[in-house]
Amino acid sequence: MKCLVIIPLLFTAFPLWAQGMKPSAFSFESKEAWLWLMLIIALMLLIAAVMLKEKVSALTSNYKKHKTEAYKEKLKEYTQQLNSKQIEQLLQHRNKKSFRNAGNILLIFFASLFIFLPGSLIAQTPEKPDASSLLGEGGIIITIILILIPILAGLILLTIKISNAINRQRNKMRLEEAAKLAEYLETLPDEEINDVLKKRKEALDYSLTHNELSGSEPAEDSRGLLNISQEPGMPIVAIKKKALPRPNIDPALSRLVLWYLGCAAFWLLFGTTIGEYLGIKFVAPDADHVSWLSFGRLRPVHTNSVFWGWASLGMLGLGNYIVPRVSNVKMYSIKLGWYALFFINAAVIIGSVCLMAGINNGGGEYREYIWPVMLLFGIGLALSLINYIKTIAVRTTKEIYISNWYMVSAIIFTIVISLTAYIPSWQNGLGETIVQGYYMHQGVGMWFMLFTLGIVYYFLPQQLNKPIYSYSLGILAFWTQILFYTLIGTHHFVFSAIPWWLQTVAIVGSGGMAIPVIAGTTNFLMTFKGAWYKIKDSYTLPFFLVGIIFYFTGSMQGTAEAFRSTNLIWHFTDFTVAHSHLTMYGIISFFLWACIYAVVPRLTGKEAPQITVGAHFWMALIGLLFYTVPLMYGSTLKGLLWLNGKPFMDGVKLMEPYWLWRAIGGTLMWLSHVFFAYNMYKMIKRTNEVDVKSSAIQQLEKDSSFISPAKSY
Amino acid sequence: MEFFNNHKKLFGTATLMFVGLTLMVAILPAIHNQENNQQLPGAEKLSADAVKGKALFVANGCVACHTQQVRNVDMDKSWGSRPSLAADYAGIKRTDFWRNTATLMGTERTGPDLTDVGNRQPSKDWNLVHLFNPRIVVKESVMPAYSWLFTIKKEPSKNDVVVNVPAEYLKGKEGKVVATKDALYLIAYLQSRKQTKLPDGTAQPEFLYKREVKKEAAGGAAAEDAGANGQALFVANCQSCHQENGEGLPGAFPPLKGSPVVLGDDLELYVNIIMNGYDARQEYGVMPAVGTNMSFSENEVSAIINYERSSWGNNGKHVTPEEVKKIMDFVKLNAPK
Repeated sequence: MKCLVIIPLLFTAFPLWAQGMKPSAFSFESKEAWLWLMLIIALMLLIAAVMLKEKVSALTSNYKKHKTEAYKEKLKEYTQQLNSKQIEQLLQHRNKKSFRNAGNILLIFFASLFIFLPGSLIAQTPEKPDASSLLGEGGIIITIILILIPILAGLILLTIKISNAINRQRNKMRLEEAAKLAEYLETLPDEEINDVLKKRKEALDYSLTHNELSGSEPAEDSRGLLNISQEPGMPIVAIKKKALPRPNIDPALSRLVLWYLGCAAFWLLFGTTIGEYLGIKFVAPDADHVSWLSFGRLRPVHTNSVFWGWASLGMLGLGNYIVPRVSNVKMYSIKLGWYALFFINAAVIIGSVCLMAGINNGGGEYREYIWPVMLLFGIGLALSLINYIKTIAVRTTKEIYISNWYMVSAIIFTIVISLTAYIPSWQNGLGETIVQGYYMHQGVGMWFMLFTLGIVYYFLPQQLNKPIYSYSLGILAFWTQILFYTLIGTHHFVFSAIPWWLQTVAIVGSGGMAIPVIAGTTNFLMTFKGAWYKIKDSYTLPFFLVGIIFYFTGSMQGTAEAFRSTNLIWHFTDFTVAHSHLTMYGIISFFLWACIYAVVPRLTGKEAPQITVGAHFWMALIGLLFYTVPLMYGSTLKGLLWLNGKPFMDGVKLMEPYWLWRAIGGTLMWLSHVFFAYNMYKMIKRTNEVDVKSSAIQQLEKDSSFISPAKSY
Repeated sequence: MEFFNNHKKLFGTATLMFVGLTLMVAILPAIHNQENNQQLPGAEKLSADAVKGKALFVANGCVACHTQQVRNVDMDKSWGSRPSLAADYAGIKRTDFWRNTATLMGTERTGPDLTDVGNRQPSKDWNLVHLFNPRIVVKESVMPAYSWLFTIKKEPSKNDVVVNVPAEYLKGKEGKVVATKDALYLIAYLQSRKQTKLPDGTAQPEFLYKREVKKEAAGGAAAEDAGANGQALFVANCQSCHQENGEGLPGAFPPLKGSPVVLGDDLELYVNIIMNGYDARQEYGVMPAVGTNMSFSENEVSAIINYERSSWGNNGKHVTPEEVKKIMDFVKLNAPK
């Protein structure tokens, strides 16, 4: 809902800035910014208030129903609504009781619950700083923000508390209702049981034999192949297949995996919030004048938190699930997994604070964390490696499934890469540049790409429910990836002072990358072959498909960028930024989302609402295209302009509208992550909503188990 | 196969292969370059202030947008007089116990290259104003404003470096903008960024991918300036201070529109200012020796003069390269060493 309101606002606000073709004068120190902020806060409060009101009115109407005579009818209604299994259980219970002649009275315990009385919940924030010149003062602004933070946090907390209280109250009422229902069912005269319920059961159990035309074998959906909508009416979103439950996963491992994925989702939201703000700074460079938030300091915070926080934790979390699965044994040590999670989170938290405080390693991209911080990350990697290898060592399968090839190698290589990048013995003068080229590209290709491919080799066949097209093609891709990818680092420094031969090796290696990329893409697409129809009723497969498409286009674009002739146009421009988003986002993030949506429902038994999964998918995809396509087009023009020897500022002026598009696309991407975070919450949160019918049956069963502890059925 | 089913052999082989390739393309070339390159004989050591400035440059992530490498391609010619060489970076060593070497070559050029910015933009006043808020002097700039490197004082003392900032950028605050030590360190580092001259007799490496110079048969004034484009030269060398509209910035850089120097008869003064800089007026910043730094030819100087004399409503006398040549030979004697 919120996004629907915000998007048109953005669209109306941005073009105004574009027309001037110069940076916007937007600043958080201006009055408009505060008005906007107030507007957003007011909007959020309004939404919260409306939500609470809905809940309260639902509750009160329910409560009223309780009081009326019609309530008797309700109980009858429930009785009518009992499904076949519940009737069966009820009948069994009744039979047993009459058999034993034990006229027990139900023992039902109600937990007494503290109830928050929803007092003045629709109160607005009292903060409305008057628009005096005082507002321009930094100290005042900080004070206002400091006041606003606890107030807003308090309001959010209050909303949650009230909402919880309402839920509890509702559940309490339902429990009462359940008790009454149980009592009612208990007291029903036998004739009624026989007449009404048994008939009802028969009616419920009745089904067409479906052999009227086809013969005597009943057609039943014993394999769960039919996919029938539970919702009456027109479906708003296409109905997709539900995830299949996997009951045999160690709850401890399940908890660990969920924590990894939850942390990853947090870092995604954090890192892209920073990224979104950086994108806005290209359009409004005077948005703030705070040293900790200046562009140069925040940029590495963005890249490092999405790299080491989001993607790395996401991958390792999924790896923790896959390695024991494909080795057919338990995880070597859950504890090691927790330690690794702790160290990596610590690295990203400390690293981000350091970067914002101006403490960084010296300017090499993705190597901005100083060594003590990166050491924490390295420890996390080493612990994960031990855990994976030890699990694989005791596997009960003969072969090592290809996923493990990719994932374990990725961790080993990344440890090698980090050591190469942080050991000071070869970092003086141009040595630093050569290592930097190697490091920044191996980090991307040997860590994120290699590991993610391993994950896809597990989850894609699983989601398509068929084996991978060619195991050997996967093996070819594995070895050629090592051979070619290792060479290509220095293509980031073509035409620089590093040796010409090394540049040439990098360019040749970039050409060679066509082999693993084409092998991998072919393998994935051929696995899809014959199962394309599955895309339309799955919500994970579209993510996989986008990932595969970008795996091919993004990687081949990288090859194209490496040649000397294209370097002339694209090097140093935003083309590189577009490319890195096509790959890190289009490939890695889409694959990770696909796998997360595949695995989390299996662990928790809960799925995200389809409509928000759809919103996540489409906003991420459209946002990515809005982000990258204009940026690639604009930076090509800019490169040509440089080639023609035009003044530098002409290029900056040229980029203005494309930077605006980048900010718009970035906003969509960011919103999609809000949806993703919400989906994660929906999939993971423990619901305690009481289902009246099943809880009544449960209570009855509990009673009968008191009566006959020995008997089991 | 047994090999693929033994995790030690499989991962051991993959690791060996990766480490071997890493040695070949990264570690050994890095060591080789570290051992076999030396600084040019004329290279100057960073001053103590510049060292502190470099630390600030690193801390604030300036390398995210500013490269420090002149590539050996023709399009990079505007950033330096020669392509950068391994020797230019050879003197850069590990920063300290916590931080790695910072060659600061960069991979993005959202802002201009800084390899030779000490020569290209030597004016301290311009740099300070620009640092306070780049949009004061370059209105389309998207560079962050580093106003936190400045303080505002009601009555600055004698030793304070006062920066002339237009009132609208002070957000209603009263007083004078004073550069902090950090701002001065950062400027010191920027001004130290000058390409070292190659030792005499060394052949200059070539710029590749030369642009084909279009020889347009144009008559009139353009032909007289022998191909030099006055407007392009002005944009590249003069506009950042004197501004596109020729009005300069009150309190910082003088206007050329209606300027007595531009429109007057004293051509010698005019050429002298272009070639050797100017610091005769208290109310304005110091002008660096732009012409000498950029090794302007008489064609280029006369093109600039003619552009300035015929723009923004100016209507001055046209000059020829010959006239300018005579004066240039004369004023060369005043050139700063």
